[in-house]
Amino acid sequence: MTAYLLRRLLSLSLSLVAASLVIFLVMEVVPGDPASFMMGLNADPQAVAALRSQLGLDEPLPLRYIGWVAGLLQGDFGISYTYRVPVSELIAERVVISLPLTLYALALSTLIAFPAGILAASRRNSAADLTVMGATQLGVAIPNFWFAMILVLIFAVNLRWFSAGGFPGWEAGFWPAIKALTLPAIALALPQASILARVMRSSLIDTLNEDFMRTARAKGLSRGQALWRHALRNALIPVLTIIGLQFSFLLAGGIIIENVFYLPGLGRLAFQAITQRDLIVVRSVVILLVFAVIVVTFLVDLAYAAADPRLRRRRS
Amino acid sequence: MSTPPADRSFLRMALGHPAFVLGFLLSALFIALALVSFLWTPFDPTKMDIAGKLKGPSLEHWFGTDHFGRDMFSMIMVGARVSIAVAFVAVGIGMIVGVPLGLYAAARRGSLIDEIIMRGNDLVFAFPSLLLAIMITAVFGPGAVNAIIAIGIFNVPVFARLARGAALSLWTRDFVLAARVAGKSRARISAEHILPNIANLLIVQGTIQFSLAILAEAALAYVGLGAQPPLPSWGRMLADAQTLISLAPHMALFPGFAIIVTVLGLNLMGDGLRDLFDPKLRRGR
Repeated sequence: MTAYLLRRLLSLSLSLVAASLVIFLVMEVVPGDPASFMMGLNADPQAVAALRSQLGLDEPLPLRYIGWVAGLLQGDFGISYTYRVPVSELIAERVVISLPLTLYALALSTLIAFPAGILAASRRNSAADLTVMGATQLGVAIPNFWFAMILVLIFAVNLRWFSAGGFPGWEAGFWPAIKALTLPAIALALPQASILARVMRSSLIDTLNEDFMRTARAKGLSRGQALWRHALRNALIPVLTIIGLQFSFLLAGGIIIENVFYLPGLGRLAFQAITQRDLIVVRSVVILLVFAVIVVTFLVDLAYAAADPRLRRRRS
Repeated sequence: MSTPPADRSFLRMALGHPAFVLGFLLSALFIALALVSFLWTPFDPTKMDIAGKLKGPSLEHWFGTDHFGRDMFSMIMVGARVSIAVAFVAVGIGMIVGVPLGLYAAARRGSLIDEIIMRGNDLVFAFPSLLLAIMITAVFGPGAVNAIIAIGIFNVPVFARLARGAALSLWTRDFVLAARVAGKSRARISAEHILPNIANLLIVQGTIQFSLAILAEAALAYVGLGAQPPLPSWGRMLADAQTLISLAPHMALFPGFAIIVTVLGLNLMGDGLRDLFDPKLRRGR
């Protein structure tokens, strides 16, 4: 296990370095000089020169990369060019919205998908199965931002159960904040729940056909007992993979959904930064999200290796 | 004209697969709308008519009019053209770059190049597709071409992985061994023996990726990073509809339905093709 862990850790650090290098280089190939790009066409040359030195653009490329990474390791993302405050402050203010939103959506997705997938698999080809499969087929075809707009139309505009957007802040209390995140989380969760329900169903169907399931039935367990005690645990491995992957989809999907609901999270920050050409903020949000994805993937890998020793050997 | 028996039986099987037929018809409907839009639309999709703005569906304007009085049906027809073109080219890029990479990696299994290609794939996968697109458009500016590049880059590792995985199992098969004994190069074997045998798999995945690309294009256009005005696009029509949703819900409903029906059609067609190409894989969908 130790050797496996070390190997995975090495590959994790390589991925992080490679990802940071890619992001750094992409942001460096901004047509022309980043400083004049950020200042716009009619900028005063002196102001551009000042920004150049503020950004450290007069140093050679490798030095700039090392300086940037060294800063990142200390939580220093640089100073936002438009807000004139450390980017880490901007991010800290917004992560407390984006991360809970992602987790909320992940929880909803799992809560919807598990019962639906289990129901469909245990009553294969029944009306319930067909309904679940039809609904999931539709669920993956619906763009989440469109679904978000329809939710606003029904639950905010017509029924007035929720507000159409905005965020009261956690200081307004837990429930008002959760309420503001509910429609966005539902909109984010729908397509992911559809995918997850399908994976749950097919994984469970595969497991139900295994020999050990026949043994479980033969020793006198009812269908339901065998399903709960033996099939479900074994069917969960592929499902866990998908849940891990979904974290990254939800995190990225949040970028769009935050814009539908005017939630001041990382996504809104990124888009405002794009329109204001604040590349430092764009770069910081991107690297934060990519690092989150890489680390979650790593943790999911470790979770399996802990759960299933066969996987440790297979990969070596 | 006589069809070869194999084709006829495939056609008969296809026609007996309701999900495939439905998917094919839905996808064909939107491809037809896109093609017809080059020759004819009920109205000029860019022509404004402020007096007739925000009208609901009527016999004259089938899907109503938008906040500038433009005909929504005409805009959806032209929007179909943009969505389908962007998705088609993006998936094409993914295939053209990804498949040779995957085939190469499989042919040189375990080599340094294989390792580099696969780790490169992992790296691209670590970037959520949307984030990649946002980064690219942040740097190069918004527009249909940059949307294509962004979605295309994300498709490369999908096809590279699929091609490599499928090719690896073929490399151990007798007919490939025979070709190697006959002295064919790895590149020729990949092109002549491996590629035709994984083509079905690639077509199925291509259909699924096509539908994902349409969703991605719509999302990019919705946040203003896709095709730019005056070119209508489904995503931007939805963005325009958002602030007017209580006043004119039809502005949000119809472009949304267009996306859903197209994506649903492509997905059903993809699932159907998978069943048809490989009856063994039928899993009671």
